[in-house]
Amino acid sequence: MAGFLHQVFSGIATGGIYASVALALVMIYQATHHVNFAQGEMATFSTYLALTLINAGFAYWAALMGAVAISFIAGVAIERILMRPLAEAPVLASVGVFIGLLLIINSLSGWLFDYTIKQFPSPFGGRSLLGGYASAHELGSTAVTLIVLVLVYLFFLHTRLGLAMRAAAFNPVSARLVGIRVGWMLALGWGLAAAIGAVAGVMVAPVVFLDPNMMQGILLYAFAGALLGGIDNPLGAVLGGFAVGVIENLAGAYLVGTELKLSMALVIIVCVLLVKPSGLLGRAVQSRV
Amino acid sequence: MREPLIVVIIACMLFAGTFLLSGYHLFQLTLVAVYAIAILGMTVLTGINGQISLGHGAFYAIGAYTTGILMTTWNVPYWATLPAAAVSCAAFGFLIGLPALRLGGLYLALTTFALAVAVPQVLKYKAAEPWTGGVQGLVIDKPDPPFGLPLTADQWLYLFTLAIGAVIFLVAWNLTRGRIGRAMMAIRDHALAAEAMGIDLALTKTRTFAVSAMCTGVAGSLGAIAVQFVAPDSFGVFVSITLFVGLVVGGVASIPGALFGAVFIEFVPNLADLVSKAAPGAVYGVILIACMYLMPAGVGGTLVHLARRRRSH
Repeated sequence: MAGFLHQVFSGIATGGIYASVALALVMIYQATHHVNFAQGEMATFSTYLALTLINAGFAYWAALMGAVAISFIAGVAIERILMRPLAEAPVLASVGVFIGLLLIINSLSGWLFDYTIKQFPSPFGGRSLLGGYASAHELGSTAVTLIVLVLVYLFFLHTRLGLAMRAAAFNPVSARLVGIRVGWMLALGWGLAAAIGAVAGVMVAPVVFLDPNMMQGILLYAFAGALLGGIDNPLGAVLGGFAVGVIENLAGAYLVGTELKLSMALVIIVCVLLVKPSGLLGRAVQSRV
Repeated sequence: MREPLIVVIIACMLFAGTFLLSGYHLFQLTLVAVYAIAILGMTVLTGINGQISLGHGAFYAIGAYTTGILMTTWNVPYWATLPAAAVSCAAFGFLIGLPALRLGGLYLALTTFALAVAVPQVLKYKAAEPWTGGVQGLVIDKPDPPFGLPLTADQWLYLFTLAIGAVIFLVAWNLTRGRIGRAMMAIRDHALAAEAMGIDLALTKTRTFAVSAMCTGVAGSLGAIAVQFVAPDSFGVFVSITLFVGLVVGGVASIPGALFGAVFIEFVPNLADLVSKAAPGAVYGVILIACMYLMPAGVGGTLVHLARRRRSH
C-alpha cells in the first residue's frame, strides 16, 4: 500500500509537468488548430536559458522569471514571423514548419549549451516529506504548477485580455468585428504557451536532468494528457495531464515495467482517439458536409 | 517522349558506378537507394493518399530488425529476409492503418509521431532480448556475391539494392497511375466525393498504409544489410523526422522526388557535420521550413513543373 501511495504521489508530481505542457499545447490548438510539435524543444531551450541565468549569478526565482519572460517574447515572435503566413495552409505545411522548428531549436540548444547531460538545481531540495511518500521537490514543483494553472485560469476568466483571447479563439470573425485584434491574440497565446512551457521545463529538469532531448518523452505524455482530457478544453488538458502522470507511474510500477513507459503514452493516445476522440471533457466536433 | 531516355541514361550511369567508385562511395549510394525506397513508401502514403505519417522510422526499424533477427538467430540468407520484412511490415502497417482511419490529418501525424518516439524503448524491451540483442543490437554479416561473380561485397550489395529499388519504383509508378492510384488521389483530394464515386475509403486507406509500410520496411531491411548493424538507438525519432525531411524536400507527391530526397538526406548531413555536430539538424530545419514557404512541391514537383512549362512553349 505504501508503495502504491508513493507511486500515486510521484505520478501527481510528474503529472503536473505533463499538465503544464498539455495546457501549452491546448492554448495553441484552441486558437489555431495546430499542434505544436516543437513545444517540448521550446521548453528545453527555456530551461537552458534559466540555467544560464542561474550560472550568471541570478537568484533561482529571478532566473526563472527571466527565462519565462524571454520565452514569452520568443513565442510571440515565432507566431508573428513563422506561423502567421501559414494560417490557412494545409495541415502538411504546418506540420512541416513545426518539425522544422523542432529541429532548429533542438540543434540550437545542442550548439549553444552543449550535448552533455547537465544537473539542474532545485530550490526545494530533495528531502522526503509526508512520511516519505513524496520528495520536497515533487511537492514544490506540484505547487508551482498548480499556481501557474490557477493564474492562467484567473487570467482567462477575470481579465479583459483573457476574455478577448477566448473570443478570438472561439469565433475569430465575430471577435474581429467587435474590435479585438485577433492576430495579436493568437501571438499572445503563443507567448503564454512558451512561458508555461518554460516553467514546466525548469520544474522537471532537476528530476530528469537537462539535455537537448529532455522534453521529447514529456511532450508525448502531454499529447496523451491533452487528448485524454479533450484537446480543445484547457481544464480537461490539465486533468488529463495529471491523470496520465498517475497512469504512467502505476503502469510502470505494476503493469509493463519502467522500460515500456513511453509506449503507455502511445497506447493512451490510440485508445482515446479510437474510443472517445473528443476526450473526456472536450466538445465533440460535428461538421456539416 | 524524353523520360525513358533519361531513365536509361541514369540507369547506365548508376551501373557504371559499380566499377568506377570506391567501396565507401558505393556504400553511400547504396544508402541513397535505401532511403529512396523508404521515402517512396511515404510518398505513396502522404503525397498520393494524403495521410501524414511522422512515424515511418518505426516501419524502417521493423524491417531492419526482421532481417537482423532472421539472419542472426535462424541463419536465413539475406535475400530471403526481404519478403519476410515486407510481410511483417505490411501487416503492422495495416494494423496501424486501422486506427488511422479515424484520425484526420493532424491527429494521424501526432499518433505516428508518438509511435516514432516510442520505438527505441520497445526495441530495448528485456523479454525480447534473446532475439533483438537488447541495447547492444545485432551485428549482421555482409553478404558475399553469389555464383562466384567477380565482384566485391560492396559492389554486389550496391547492385542488389539498386535492382530491388528499381523494381519497387516501377511497381509504385504503375500503381499510382492505375485505377488504384487514382482512387488514392481521389481520397486525398476529396474523401466524400471519392466515396460517392464508389471508392471503398476504409479499404483503400488501410491498404495504402500497408503498401507504404511494406515499402519502407523493405528499405529498412536493405539498410540493415548495408550497415551490417541494427541497434535500438539508431531508430529513434530522428529517423522518422529525417525521412519526413527527405519526403518534403524531394516533393511529397512526386515519385522521382523520392530520389532527390534520398540524395539530400544522405549527403547534406555529411556536409553539414563538417561545420558542427548541431549543424545537420539546423540545416534540416531551415530547409524544411524554407521548402514549406518557397517550394511546397519539393525538388521533384518543381522540376516536373518546369519541364511542363518548357514543353508548352
